[in-house]
Amino acid sequence: MRRQVPLFITFFVGTLLIVSVFIPPMENLGEDFTLFFDIIAVFAFFLGGGNLLRVHLTKLYRKSPDWGFSVVTVVGFFLMLAAGLFKIGNPGDISASVTAEGSMFQTMFNNVVLPLQSTMYALLAFFIASASYRAFRAKNREATILLVAAFIILLGRTPFGMMLTAWIPDSWSVLQVPNLAIWIMNSPNLAGQRAILIGIGLGVVSMSLRIILGIERTYLGDDR
Amino acid sequence: MASTIATILLILVGVSLLYIAYRTITGRPVERRIVFIYIALAVALPLFMTLPAPVQVTPDVERLYDALEELRPGSKVLVSFDYDPPSAPELQPMAVAFMKYAFKHDLRVIVMGLWPQGPQLANLAIEEAMADQEIAAKNLEYGVDYVNLGFQSGNEFVIQAMGTQFKRMFPQDDRRIPYDSIPLMANVTNFSNVDFVFNLSSGKPGTIEWVQIAVDRFGATMGAGNTAVQAPQVYPYLRAKQLHGLLGGMSGAAEFEKIVEEPGDGTTFILSQMFAHAIVILFVIIGNAAFFTERRKQE
Repeated sequence: MRRQVPLFITFFVGTLLIVSVFIPPMENLGEDFTLFFDIIAVFAFFLGGGNLLRVHLTKLYRKSPDWGFSVVTVVGFFLMLAAGLFKIGNPGDISASVTAEGSMFQTMFNNVVLPLQSTMYALLAFFIASASYRAFRAKNREATILLVAAFIILLGRTPFGMMLTAWIPDSWSVLQVPNLAIWIMNSPNLAGQRAILIGIGLGVVSMSLRIILGIERTYLGDDR
Repeated sequence: MASTIATILLILVGVSLLYIAYRTITGRPVERRIVFIYIALAVALPLFMTLPAPVQVTPDVERLYDALEELRPGSKVLVSFDYDPPSAPELQPMAVAFMKYAFKHDLRVIVMGLWPQGPQLANLAIEEAMADQEIAAKNLEYGVDYVNLGFQSGNEFVIQAMGTQFKRMFPQDDRRIPYDSIPLMANVTNFSNVDFVFNLSSGKPGTIEWVQIAVDRFGATMGAGNTAVQAPQVYPYLRAKQLHGLLGGMSGAAEFEKIVEEPGDGTTFILSQMFAHAIVILFVIIGNAAFFTERRKQE
């Protein structure tokens, strides 16, 4: 019973939503069901916040290595939560928008969240450069092709590409680095992406059918 | 003065790279912190330089521009901000240039976001566009000339529901104003009442979901701006003409700024990216030179 009820719900809802696409009066059924997604998403926010606290408070309790970072995380979490929930510093009253200009929430977003998150992502550039120096080798034919394509894209997507190959006459403009970059994006990349998309599409259909028909049951927490 | 110092430093960087090449080839590679310094210099120095960047506008950017040029004053444009601060350096310049173009051409802008921080980034882009003297002189009014509907959770299901009724997903805007009280939304029920959709995206939900639902199912006309990482995934939709133009990464931002004649951060940052790319390529070449030298020795 514990397994059959979820299987029946999945089969019923899945079949109903597929059938609804072909029956005009039922066309909007899918959109009504999407509201369920919003409701579930709300619980996901709670779960996410709860999990974050559980992990970091445990770390603090045990004084695990680098527990100081957990202090920053927990304080930051509660500070942002309080700023948003209680509308601290909001120009309007409690019913005003949380992102109103001048509010503590928006000020912290502009001056803390925005630069910090951008910085974190920007650090990637340093690691990519270091990895390129140490690991990106033309060890075989495939790696060499990848390396050449990477050079063309790296140069072609910046003005350097044009600067380096502007001397090539117009009749041979296809050999200019920016045009080579465009060709790579429009031909090999496009072919690969289409193949991936078709593969994903077929995979989604196949997996959906398996789930609806109850063949695939791993989502129930059972991999048998 | 700053420009001269930056140029001298750049020459020094070039000379020191030759020394690093020599060290690496002779089996004494430099540690990674040295590589970090080079990347930091490559990114930071161009910000103080006044080098002209010969930005070449690619056909994908031209297509977006052509699609925008077809819009008449008063046309309604829906702009979805589906990204967060980590992608802002690439996408925010596109957003600002787009807003400037839209406001200067009297387009009515409806902003929304499928990512929680998107609408806040939209406010920053609008604020920056409003600082432009020509736009400021227009005295644009919130709710009449532009509106921010805010964030709605639900990913692609939000787009699907908007196909029937925007109001279902956005009963009130970002400022808590009821949908029915917003003059700009008076005659907007669904995508059929919007003349153009522009999506700024750095992942899922993003451009692909917008194309699959808003364009394919509800017939919206759409263009997009993506991060350089995501742009290649969107090419199948671009070539199939489901997308009317694409801005890809920082170069897309710089190209768009050039074609709409609104030079901004994209034009500035492309120089940093250009030098950073050059440094990466040089380090790859140095690393490979050492690799082949070593392999030859072993043979």
